[in-house]
Amino acid sequence: MYSDLNQRLKADVRLEEGLQACMNCGICTAICPAAEFYEYDPRSIAITVQSGNEEKIAALLQSDTIWYCGQCMSCKTRCPRNNCPGLIISVLRKLSQETGAFIKSRMGRQQYLIVKTIGANLLQFGYCVHPTSLVPATHPEQGPVWRWIYENMQEVYASVGANLDGDGPGALRKISDKDLDELHQIFEVSGGLKLYQTIEYFSQRKAIELGLTDPNGEADMEKYTQYLLNE
Amino acid sequence: METKTKIRWSEYNKEIADNKFFYLRSCIRQNFNPGAEKVFLSILQNKLRKEVYDDPHHTTCSGIGYHSDIVPFETFQSMVARQFSLMTERGYKNCAVSCITSFGGYNEVLSTWKEFPEELEKTRENLLKATGRTFEIPENLSHACDIIYHFRKEIATQARYRLINKETGEPLKIVDHIGCHYAKIFPEKGVGGSEYSRVLTGMIEAWGGEAVDYPERRHCCGFGFRHYLVKNNRSYSISNSRKKFESMKPYQPDMILTNCPGCNMFLDRWQYALAQIEGKVYGGENGIPVLSHEELAGLVLGYDPWKDIGLQMHQIDVEPLLNKIGVEYDPKQKFTGVRGQYINEPEFTGCLAKQD
Ligand code: SF4
Ligand code: SF4
Repeated sequence: MYSDLNQRLKADVRLEEGLQACMNCGICTAICPAAEFYEYDPRSIAITVQSGNEEKIAALLQSDTIWYCGQCMSCKTRCPRNNCPGLIISVLRKLSQETGAFIKSRMGRQQYLIVKTIGANLLQFGYCVHPTSLVPATHPEQGPVWRWIYENMQEVYASVGANLDGDGPGALRKISDKDLDELHQIFEVSGGLKLYQTIEYFSQRKAIELGLTDPNGEADMEKYTQYLLNE
Repeated sequence: METKTKIRWSEYNKEIADNKFFYLRSCIRQNFNPGAEKVFLSILQNKLRKEVYDDPHHTTCSGIGYHSDIVPFETFQSMVARQFSLMTERGYKNCAVSCITSFGGYNEVLSTWKEFPEELEKTRENLLKATGRTFEIPENLSHACDIIYHFRKEIATQARYRLINKETGEPLKIVDHIGCHYAKIFPEKGVGGSEYSRVLTGMIEAWGGEAVDYPERRHCCGFGFRHYLVKNNRSYSISNSRKKFESMKPYQPDMILTNCPGCNMFLDRWQYALAQIEGKVYGGENGIPVLSHEELAGLVLGYDPWKDIGLQMHQIDVEPLLNKIGVEYDPKQKFTGVRGQYINEPEFTGCLAKQD
């Protein structure tokens, strides 16, 4: 499962863009908001990938570490060598998901939650986010004004000139079936659906390993979701 | 990724198209501040007399999925290519992008295609196979804030209000927050680059206000993609915004100006959430109003704060700002529906519930 990691990382053009020659200066770590918040050090990510040490790379793929980056790309601006640790992270995360390594870490396992929310929205609505998916009970941080918008959705959006679920152009217009079909086809042809399925496949295996199953011994993904939310 | 080293980033200008824009909306903006997009289109069409096309067929660029790692780069490139295909189909060559995540993503894809032509070829094949579509690469890609910046002086000439406190005659003190993906990935794609961004301060100054620098001006708002999307990780997001609020507090800003749909929403909502958690308000009467470049341009041009710009969708009240500028508005219209009828209202607005 974890063979040819170097080769697989290098097959992603983004590695060439994100890592040229790291000199271990640590400027990226100094600017990184994730390094301030978590036990995280983008410098060591760059150095580990640059070293090509397969054992250490395999350990990274299974760790929480690669999931700490917030993708702000502040590191790109400041790196004197024009590296971008945030982009190296994207390459590592992709491989972690393809190999199933992501289910070995708490932060990695959360990818399942993102597929089920953002991933589903993308293909169902043609938007990353849709107001009906922002339920106030699960988004208390959105506050009373959002609750008011949510509870009076049609009227509020119409009053500011949005076209919620309507035909024609405008904010939050309904994306037509034909356009949604094009999105599906793009996801099918370019590997997007395969990545969703891979994340789901490994997540189901993890659910079974944890004993989160239904009476037939199949993975119970509702229970798994609750497990992830409380992990 | 190529990055040019400029001797004087603070004077750096990028190329911004003058006319004939193909508009690409933002998922986040449409959800939280749809009025900002509406007023942007109206300013371009009705005030500046520009041609801009709002195509019902464009969709998400999938950028949030890409940066939260559930959408592979190959898929993201094809999604971007589809937007370009729609632009090509309608005969446009200039993109006007509403979202900062999209803007950074489009630039990343364009840079990749330049450096790795085989990626462009693969994307052309993918798109053709999936949809039968072909596409041209845009001649100019500007963010909506670039366009407002480009026309800031014309907007100032037509402005009904200036960013001046009408009681004291002093310029309003405004702090800005630039979305990370506007220029941190490709500094040459931003006005003033990444470190010395002028895209928002240029507007503030052109419209009479005072742009106030603060130590954490360049710090991320904390969205962090997966860090906000997964409830368990949201402390990352709020901590980063808190760091910014702490840093701007001593300057007592009259408002925060943003260019990113996500940042605009987070800096608004996290003030409320922090007040609920810590009991602390970082400024203003009951929070610091947070407006985007389109919203502020709309205000100075005299658009109605509720019906045209939709400022009632912010948690932090904008009235203190409107009152300082002297904007004429009807407070009773704030929570009304399409025909001006009262709907009902939020339990409370601002950071903390008002004590009677
Ligand atoms: S700033 Fe660049 S060169 Fe320095 S440690 Fe980070 S990636 Fe390496
Ligand atoms: S992109 Fe990631 S590694 Fe780079 S500064 Fe932001 S959080 Fe740190």
